[in-house]
Amino acid sequence: MEEFEPNIIGFLCNWCSYAGADLAGTSRIQYPPNVKIIKVMCSGRINPMYVVNALQQGADGVLIGGCHPGDCHYSRGNYLARRRIAVMKRLLEYIGIEPERVRMTWVSAAEGRKFAEVVEEVTEDIKKIGPMKKIRRENVW
Amino acid sequence: MKIGVYVCECGSNIASTVDVDKIVEEAKDLPNVAVSRVYKYMCSDPGQELIKNDIDEYNLDKIVVAACSPRMHEATFRSVLEDKGLNPYVLEIVNIREHVSWVNSDKDKGTEKSMALLTGAVYRSALMKPLERKKVGVIHTALVIGGGIAGIQAALDIASMGYKTTLVEKTSSIGGKMSQLDKTFPTLDCSQCILSPKMVEVNRHPNIKLLSLSEVVAVDGYVGNFKVKIKRNPRYVIEDKCTLCGDCLPVCPVIAHDEYNQGFSPRKAIYISYPQAIPASFIIDPDDCLGINPLICTKCKEVCGPEAIDFDMQPEIIEKEFGAIVVATGYAPYPIENIGEYGYGTIHDVISGLDYERIVSASGPTEGKILRPSDGKIPETVVFIHCAGSRDPSKHLPYCSKICCMYSTKHALQYKHVVHNGTAINFYIDIRTAGKDYEEFYQRAAEEDKVIYIRGKVSEVLEDGDQILIKGVDTLSGETVELHADMVVLATGITPSEGTKEMASLMNLAVDINGFIREAHPKLKPVDTAIAGIFIAGTATGPKDIPDTVSQASGAASKACGILSQDELEIEATVAIVDDSLCLEVVACVLKRAHIALLRCK
Ligand SMILES: Cc1cc2nc3c(=O)[nH]c(=O)nc-3n(C[C@H](O)[C@H](O)[C@H](O)COP(=O)(O)OP(=O)(O)OC[C@H]3O[C@@H](n4cnc5c(N)ncnc54)[C@H](O)[C@@H]3O)c2cc1C
Repeated sequence: MEEFEPNIIGFLCNWCSYAGADLAGTSRIQYPPNVKIIKVMCSGRINPMYVVNALQQGADGVLIGGCHPGDCHYSRGNYLARRRIAVMKRLLEYIGIEPERVRMTWVSAAEGRKFAEVVEEVTEDIKKIGPMKKIRRENVW
Repeated sequence: MKIGVYVCECGSNIASTVDVDKIVEEAKDLPNVAVSRVYKYMCSDPGQELIKNDIDEYNLDKIVVAACSPRMHEATFRSVLEDKGLNPYVLEIVNIREHVSWVNSDKDKGTEKSMALLTGAVYRSALMKPLERKKVGVIHTALVIGGGIAGIQAALDIASMGYKTTLVEKTSSIGGKMSQLDKTFPTLDCSQCILSPKMVEVNRHPNIKLLSLSEVVAVDGYVGNFKVKIKRNPRYVIEDKCTLCGDCLPVCPVIAHDEYNQGFSPRKAIYISYPQAIPASFIIDPDDCLGINPLICTKCKEVCGPEAIDFDMQPEIIEKEFGAIVVATGYAPYPIENIGEYGYGTIHDVISGLDYERIVSASGPTEGKILRPSDGKIPETVVFIHCAGSRDPSKHLPYCSKICCMYSTKHALQYKHVVHNGTAINFYIDIRTAGKDYEEFYQRAAEEDKVIYIRGKVSEVLEDGDQILIKGVDTLSGETVELHADMVVLATGITPSEGTKEMASLMNLAVDINGFIREAHPKLKPVDTAIAGIFIAGTATGPKDIPDTVSQASGAASKACGILSQDELEIEATVAIVDDSLCLEVVACVLKRAHIALLRCK
């Protein structure tokens, strides 16, 4: 059997984590290609529905990257994200979805190495959990 | 709708690990895609021309470029769209270099990932709406908060560049801590002599409006258009009428502590904090005075020739608009009474650095004679303890206060220059003298003026008869040290002032872990804050000496003028908007002064 290659969506904030992912690139650090990145202005902009939609429409996992505490470009966006995602993970668990499918992390613009490591970990973790089957819904644009 | 897709090879940077031809072909089948092409260097002139020609030929509405990070060339491609009359914001960049080809060597997987990203981008592109670049007018006046040397310099620079500037100072005079200093390192020129000409200039500059005894109580609006409320507290003496004749002084019956002299001398309830103070006018301290509600005594009013005294003055609120703001609210010495083992506040002859400045000052309580507070004797041995509060992460401040090595060396030198055969001993952790001519200054103190330096930390300071016993360790020899001194001067660390903390929270400015206002970028934007149009200068952002403070103030001033000199400012088009269907109108955003949201909100 072919090995399961998870499909993971990465929501990264424009100021820190997206730039951190860029740095991983300019430093040519190799990491698994499973995470597809979507840029948002701030991790605080991530509506929990984004995460749910991603899981419904084909993602096996979601990675959320924001600035380190205290470094948010908008002062407190990352704190809002942290709270929302914490609540959302409990909700996922309640409806029977492994909360570990959603991972939140802080990656600064200087942490290319850390970004690559996080992607490796997340990919491994989701591989272990297996494909997302629970709720599927067709893409409607 | 017609979308054009452009995939860049970036030489071999992308093409070697992504099958660009394959994704170009597959992209043709995506909805709305009218044309899909590959080119070696899409950002080059011929690459840009290619897109421009297609816009004409295929009548394209939207563009998707799969190339390097948007941080590299988003602006480049936006101008391509703009050149052809398209809205620059209907461009989507797919990052297949930094996020794909450079981080993955498996060509199949890289191609698959690129295609997934590109597909998402094409769908997203179809949903994109043009954004409008908004222009706002600029109010050509500046507000400077805090009248220390940082605020003074910033106000003078902005005013000299031709813009009306309001300088708001909390206390009765501008000058800040520098006005209390006697001489300044490393040149030992007198602080007042270099400061007061600048203070006078502030006072007579036609473009500067000085509001003393005032505080900013509300800031609203956004870059170019701040609406500010300033509370002006009563001075009870009419500034313009007071001639500083001093006839009021002998008749005032109240004796109070003179804050300017660190409480070492008395003042009256009506006073001027020091002769060179600006505004040059007496002030009545309402807490000390017997004339202000209830009216018990009117002696000063009776003798005041120019009729300058007004017991009925009330606070007033001034509302003004400004295009740019400079925050220069300064520092406060670390409260060293917190360091119990150093005995400040319990042992009379243990004093702070700022206390010492007043004691050595020719205009101070002892007229420049170095006499110790307890009995007025000349101290034969003085111990200067560095890092009082600083570099002590477990109990006090974790950071280095930067200026104390230099000012303690200055203090020791000043002592040796007055008490020639006295002994000056400095206890230090490390000597940090990074600054122009600073190391030379320290060498001179140690070698020519025979100031003694002991590397080590003092563990205890105790009263011993009429002397002080200092216990510590010499960390170079490893031996314990016990010695007697007649006076101890603590090199107090630097913390953000109350006013700095207040302003940071009032304006929602980010602060660092120690409470100092955080720069937008620690290296490349040292005078910007995260809020456009608000700049910072001086010790409000961290410990600094006067040269650094002044250069930062000039930097902040020139940045402020960069805004004031515009007639219109273009506001970034990608801003948050309010979704009316979700808004609960609880106005929490208004209370938090979320400037951007308010801009678009009705
Ligand atoms: C003992 C000692 C000796 C020193 N010796 C030297 C030396 O020899 N050479 C040297 O280069 N440096 C020396 N320094 C450092 C020097 O004092 C500072 O670099 C300098 O004074 C910083 O100026 P500032 O304008 O940033 O802050 P400050 O002098 O603190 O001025 C801030 C001003 O803002 C006002 N303010 C505060 N909050 C508000 C508010 N909310 N609204 C309105 N106004 C407000 C304050 O009243 C004050 O007037 C010494 C410091 C100490 C403690």
